[in-house]
Amino acid sequence: MDSFQQTLFKLKNYWAERGAIIQEPYDVEVGAGTMCPETFLRVLGPNPYRVAYVQPSRRPADGRYGENPNRLYKHQQLQVILKPAPEDVLELYLGSLEAIGIDLTKHDIKFEEDNWESPTLGAWGIGWQVMLDGMEVTQFTYFQQCGGIDLDLVPAEITYGLERLVAFLQGVESVYDIEWAPGVKYSAVRFADEQQFSVYNFEMADVAMLWKLFDLHEAECQRLIEAYEGYEDKSRFPVLPTYDQVLKCSNIFNLLDARGAISVTERVGVIGRVRKLAVGVANLWQAQQTLKLEVA
Amino acid sequence: MNFLLEIGCEEIPDWMIPAALESLREQTHKLIGEQKLDGSIVLLDASPRRLVMRVDGLMERQADSEELVMGPPKSAGAGAATGFAKKMSITVDQLSTASTPKGEYFSFTKKVAGRNTEEILASRLPGIVQKIYFPKTMFWTGKGGPRFIRPIRWIVALFGDKVVNFELAGVKSGNVSQGHRRLGSACVPVTIENYIEELRKNAVIVIAEERRAKIRAGLATLGVKVKEDAKLLETLTFITEMPTPIVGSFDPQYLELPSEVLVTVMRHHQKYFSCESADGMLAPNFVAVMNTSGDPDGLVRQGNERVLRARFNDAKFFYGVDQQRKLAYRVEDLGKVTFQAKLGSYLEKTHRVVDLVKELGGNADAQRAALLCKSDLTTEMVKEFTDLQGIVGGLYAKVQGEPEAVSRAVYEHYKPLSMEDTVPSTQEGLIVALADKLDTLRGCFAIGLIPTGSKDPFGLRRSAQGVVKILVEGKQKYELKWLCGEDPVLHEFMLDRVRYYFRDVRGFKYDEVNAVLASKFSDLADADVRLVALQAVRPTENFEPLAASFKRIQNILKQAEFTPVAAVDVALLEVGPEQDLHQQFIEVSARAKDLDYLPALEAVATLRPAVDRFFDKVLVNAPDALVRQNRLTLLNDLLTGFSTLADFSEIVVSS
Repeated sequence: MDSFQQTLFKLKNYWAERGAIIQEPYDVEVGAGTMCPETFLRVLGPNPYRVAYVQPSRRPADGRYGENPNRLYKHQQLQVILKPAPEDVLELYLGSLEAIGIDLTKHDIKFEEDNWESPTLGAWGIGWQVMLDGMEVTQFTYFQQCGGIDLDLVPAEITYGLERLVAFLQGVESVYDIEWAPGVKYSAVRFADEQQFSVYNFEMADVAMLWKLFDLHEAECQRLIEAYEGYEDKSRFPVLPTYDQVLKCSNIFNLLDARGAISVTERVGVIGRVRKLAVGVANLWQAQQTLKLEVA
Repeated sequence: MNFLLEIGCEEIPDWMIPAALESLREQTHKLIGEQKLDGSIVLLDASPRRLVMRVDGLMERQADSEELVMGPPKSAGAGAATGFAKKMSITVDQLSTASTPKGEYFSFTKKVAGRNTEEILASRLPGIVQKIYFPKTMFWTGKGGPRFIRPIRWIVALFGDKVVNFELAGVKSGNVSQGHRRLGSACVPVTIENYIEELRKNAVIVIAEERRAKIRAGLATLGVKVKEDAKLLETLTFITEMPTPIVGSFDPQYLELPSEVLVTVMRHHQKYFSCESADGMLAPNFVAVMNTSGDPDGLVRQGNERVLRARFNDAKFFYGVDQQRKLAYRVEDLGKVTFQAKLGSYLEKTHRVVDLVKELGGNADAQRAALLCKSDLTTEMVKEFTDLQGIVGGLYAKVQGEPEAVSRAVYEHYKPLSMEDTVPSTQEGLIVALADKLDTLRGCFAIGLIPTGSKDPFGLRRSAQGVVKILVEGKQKYELKWLCGEDPVLHEFMLDRVRYYFRDVRGFKYDEVNAVLASKFSDLADADVRLVALQAVRPTENFEPLAASFKRIQNILKQAEFTPVAAVDVALLEVGPEQDLHQQFIEVSARAKDLDYLPALEAVATLRPAVDRFFDKVLVNAPDALVRQNRLTLLNDLLTGFSTLADFSEIVVSS
């Protein structure tokens, strides 16, 4: 039986052998691997790209103080982007499952309709949730739009929920019983993290401060977006730092949400504010890329 | 000649397949008709990865035809004739003459050679495939590329034993199909004749009916009693190419959870059939349908059992957490849940619904149910399983010791969820359901959230439909206008729903509905009784002719600009048909007054011969003004005297 990390190595290797750059996790809090610039920005524009990375993804509202065997505040996603999607992309994906030791002739695989949409990113795609013996192990999406922009090349996004997948492989009932490395349990690595962030997110996060932070990051992002127009050497304009501000806003929004500080109606408004920033940055990135192409 | 088309595709959402096949059928019929190719569709089917159509008996090529081309008028002279002949690539002596009402014209009968069917198919198929209807499509070859439900990966197109060559989204048609993703080959050469069998060898059952039958047969042999679920069977038929049911079990301790919760998890989240024990209770088993041929090592069963266990554990956890705060205390928590920005929180809605239930005369249990009905929105269970709102509230109310009448009313207060659904089963439930929907309708209409076209974000049409169904089928005697809070726009909206309900759901004719809605009905339950009576009396011999006469009376009165001045003066009535009519009218009126609708309508219908004789023999437009006014008064009495039953002039008479 492979450990959590062994399975990860195998998956990374599998995709590296198929031309993907292996990136490390992005160092700003995100709710999903999709939000990393490696996905959100790289899918824009006409350049082909293949990348795979593990992204610890924070969902404050899903925290359960480390007491629920299946739900985590922070779970690990393996995110694969194949841009453009090759014709045999689904077969490649199934091959990756076989590479980690799943004999697909002995298991049941179904692709069930599940179209992904992120209102905060102005992004959506068409795809499936992949069901392995009745368990969702992967979200597969053909991106159509990102930051409100129709994509030139249609990328395939493959997002593996690693804890679920490995719990399945190791036949354990609780993610905390997963063997992370030989002799080391998932709980030993991550329990404190789950417990303490649940306490903070649900009980102690200061709502007024969070709103203040949200406003600050939003203002900074907006200021930068507006500065692009008058900025002389556009090829060196800091689009990527501008995007970090969007991620900050998004994470603070999730924290406020977990704290129960956002009503259903307010929600739509705040999502709109984040989307406006995301769309703004996506447009800057697209413009900057086009510019660079023209120069080259 | 026969034709086979297979569009090979990545997994198509199951629910979209029937409509897609229908649109393929329509387009194919149109093509065959337009191009005069004969032939009929003998196979139209699909699995998640393929849409398949076979057309037999197509002509190999179209028949030759002739087309008459009209040239310039003969009067235009020789120059024009030469020009026309040149354009037709013939000589002037080959032209003929056609006579038309406008004069003589040069003409030419052109022979049009029929095209090869193969060529027609090759040129038209790409367009047809792309026009197959799907509710949501994608592009995959790049921006501006072709759109389809999912990427097309292969195309089989055979006419006889030849490939119909065309290209779509970079895919060239051919004679090579693909089998099951794991059990079959990715390269399956086929002919029209062996197509179905070759795919079967590669673990794909092309025919949906066969897959359905395989699932059914499997269900019957698993040794458990499976709960019927036609819709789930359909879904599973179209998400599998090689369906194989397996039975799994779960720890009976979970049966302590409400069966509604267990079934929702199995049915909606996992697409499992649930099972019953001999006594009709939920059994600790489920049936999953795999998309593969077997589970020899039991791995798939174990996997599914494990997933279900995790789900049930969640539900159990939610159930436990939820019981720590009773619904009665959760009511105040609703202050933090927004119903609608301008209409306030769910707490405010709750207070309004309680008040409305009081106004409607609801008893203490109904009022209590109204107070509790929304409180389950704050529970973990409803946050996880939103479909169970109301139901969870009802279940919790019961275990928390609320009276049966209260818990049942809470449980059923979202009913009816559709036109097929039943209304709540108790008076308390009916009133709470009615008040909840009315509050939403009144509130939304008051702030201008009125549904237009397909836009109806708050589902107000469904709410209104629910109100109508509750009023009619729950026999609730409230006046519609009053229920609408005297809001004329809402009242009109509701009347629309009333018409829809009686016509489309209940199947009454539109003029019958109009006739009853124009009568003095007191409430919708009463309107329902009248409609049933009207429908019953309609086919009787005298009814429609009498209705026609009533229409005529209405026109006469309108033309005469009649206004009633005095009662009928008996002394002015002419002996014969006029006196007879008056006499019979008095009798029938007296009789109908104490009768139910149907016998009353039957009594009215007996007036027909008298009315006919009156119109036959009596001149309404009498020269004497007093006599004329008296006759019009008689007719007016006749018209208005019975319009309380139904407005007969609304009935459209067929002849």
